[in-house]
Amino acid sequence: MNPDLVIEVDAIRKAYGPTVAADDVSFAVRRGEIFGLIGPNGAGKTTTMECVEGLREPDAGRIAVLGLDPVRDRRALQLRIGVQLQEAQLQKRIKVWEAVAFWRSLYPTAIDGDPLLRQLGLHDKRDAWFMTLSGGQKQRLFIALALVNDPEVVFLDELTTGLDPQARRAIWDLVHDIRERGKTVFLTTHLMEEAERLCDRVAIIDHGRIVDVDPPAKLIERHCPQRTVVVATDHDGAADRFRAIPSATAVRREGGRHEIEGRGDTLVTDVIHTISEHRMPVSEFRTVLPTLEDVFLTLTGRSIRA
Amino acid sequence: MRAMLRHLLHLTLLEIKIFVREPLGVFGSLAVPVLLFLVVGRIAIGSANDSDTREAAPGDIEFLRTDLPVFVAVMIALSAVLSLVTIIGIYREGGILKRLRATPVRPPTILLAHVLVKLIFTAAALGLMLLAGRRFYPVGVDAPLAAFTAALVLTTWSILSIGFVIASLVPTARFAQPLGALLLYPMIPLSGLFTPVETLPPALAAVARFLPLTYAVSLLRGIWSGNPWSAHAGDIAALVLVFVLATAVASRVFRWE
Repeated sequence: MNPDLVIEVDAIRKAYGPTVAADDVSFAVRRGEIFGLIGPNGAGKTTTMECVEGLREPDAGRIAVLGLDPVRDRRALQLRIGVQLQEAQLQKRIKVWEAVAFWRSLYPTAIDGDPLLRQLGLHDKRDAWFMTLSGGQKQRLFIALALVNDPEVVFLDELTTGLDPQARRAIWDLVHDIRERGKTVFLTTHLMEEAERLCDRVAIIDHGRIVDVDPPAKLIERHCPQRTVVVATDHDGAADRFRAIPSATAVRREGGRHEIEGRGDTLVTDVIHTISEHRMPVSEFRTVLPTLEDVFLTLTGRSIRA
Repeated sequence: MRAMLRHLLHLTLLEIKIFVREPLGVFGSLAVPVLLFLVVGRIAIGSANDSDTREAAPGDIEFLRTDLPVFVAVMIALSAVLSLVTIIGIYREGGILKRLRATPVRPPTILLAHVLVKLIFTAAALGLMLLAGRRFYPVGVDAPLAAFTAALVLTTWSILSIGFVIASLVPTARFAQPLGALLLYPMIPLSGLFTPVETLPPALAAVARFLPLTYAVSLLRGIWSGNPWSAHAGDIAALVLVFVLATAVASRVFRWE
């Protein structure tokens, strides 16, 4: 076993009746990274994650987490991982501090509750009932519960689904903090922006199969190398100048607005160079880079939001 | 084992606190049985005093002395079961059971904690009922209270195991309470509480012999009237058998999510 690999998933399969939720899924998560399993709803993200957590048993294949078998060594593993489940609830009338205190009591060793609540911005809510918390506060409480045993690996399933953009950003900062403390984070999301912002590496899953695994930037480079530069200028003959750039593959023009499409890292530099060389007056300059969203579209032929 | 007991203690105390915060929790499990006992008792005493002889009719006295306390005790046990079925439904639907399964707490500990909470409230409701009874009309003063409490706890424990089977069957928490009531309440008229089982039509009497509540009523009534435990070995055996069977079924069909 490679000691740098915290999670190893080898050809697992899980079916519910005729529905195959995970099919020949393999990937590995390295120590200290934020690894994202990304794909649309129903792609098999949660099923795969729950197999890794030991909550479900795969029909076939092998999983090792911290060198342990999630099903066979479940007791030992539970002490070393922290889990946040998708759409989980707590007792409606449990108080925030009671939940943290109870979770602490379940583990032989646990970190202090008060600093944890303070760090997650829940300290002034410590006496509030669970049912009175906002969506963002509930998720922060679930993060607190996932951290209470000072785990080596933290599992976060659709952590920010249903949150407003501001709460979402706050949660992203918290996830970065978790990694800064030396923990490995394994998360799922159907939000491509979240994956790009948070993850060191992502595995794209669709219809229960892994399509590709790599850092977001590498996936974009590999599958969507095209980039676009938008330049607005009333310089005569600008379009022809731009067409002469070797890395440009197409130039579209609407009035003074030019969209220069091309591939490779030199395109943007080449465009700037051309503008400067011909002393073009420029009123707008913008680069449009492909995102994971475009990668997903290229790999599966459909939008992730559909 | 020590960890399990510690988890059980923590969870039981926590669930008691949470249950007390439910708007209908304490009212339903403590106040309703006591009020039922007092109101029905008052009506019975009233009708007894209205009779021409100014002497309470023997039937009314018998009702006050034995039937009413046993009836209310049975209601306490059944409402505990319904409450448990509802709670399990809510916990399952809300993913609370699943979330707890991802911690070192062992699944049976979660269920056992809820059983303990129900038994504690059952005993408390019974205690209040008896206190209220002493205060307002002196019946059942001579009943063996400790033994009766033990009998009620045994009865509740046994019927709670049926509750787990029901909790496994209900599709959603919304159906838990009505479905539980539909399965449990029809047992009351057949249980010998109001009409002795022997006087029921043969077909119904045969059905009654398969109902755990029949044995529960027989045990509760006997202990209340001062019978020794040994006189009810059959009832106890039946209740234990129900517990064993229902627990075996529930452990197979129980769903955590």
